[in-house]
Amino acid sequence: MRLRQVVRERAIAIGFSLVDQTKVVTAASELGRNTIQYGGGGHARVTLVESGARRGLRLEFIDKGPGIADVSLALTDGYTTGGGLGLGLSGAKRLSDEFAIQTAPGQGTQVTIVRWKNA
Amino acid sequence: MERIPILRMGRQLLVTIQVDMHDQLALTLQDDLTARIVKDRAKGVLIDISSLDVVDSFIGRMISNIANMSRVLDAQTVVVGMRPAVAITLVELGLDLAGVRTALNVERGMALLAQVE
Repeated sequence: MRLRQVVRERAIAIGFSLVDQTKVVTAASELGRNTIQYGGGGHARVTLVESGARRGLRLEFIDKGPGIADVSLALTDGYTTGGGLGLGLSGAKRLSDEFAIQTAPGQGTQVTIVRWKNA
Repeated sequence: MERIPILRMGRQLLVTIQVDMHDQLALTLQDDLTARIVKDRAKGVLIDISSLDVVDSFIGRMISNIANMSRVLDAQTVVVGMRPAVAITLVELGLDLAGVRTALNVERGMALLAQVE
């Protein structure tokens, strides 16, 4: 997936450690797959963010799919409606420093994660 | 169609995953490998993932599936060469690859398969 390369390049550019690169690329892979598989496709945006001296990457995944009725259920390990392992959303949350999800039935889904560079 | 090569060494099959795995390639590998286990009467499958810099839940599931399918077909699977950063990320993601044998490198993986046989 092209997305993984872009995220990897940005993560290297701002000096993420190898482990942090791997975590953020893996999270991007999980969320990108959700966007395609459940959201029926959409787009992803990768942004450099700064807060004081901290730098990090913000990744947004936006689809116009069916949305999620019960977010807390969707964030439960092992819960899936698509025959996967049910680790995509919950795993991506664990791999991120910040995690936000905006969704409603029929309204599509937007997932935003931030991973900060460790000092 | 793009395929991952499967090499035979005696009663073992050796798969080296060198490309960034996309989903269709992973599914093709499952099909090819199970067919080869039967055709070559293989007793072991060694999967070298040392080139992979990302293993997400899809690839992790494929590895677990291959190990389970192999066992049902009377062959053992060993996954070798996982990078440290990948191991850290996999566990944090929530995947522990339960039931999948691992070894640090190809040499140790082959030794493990020889013992099992």
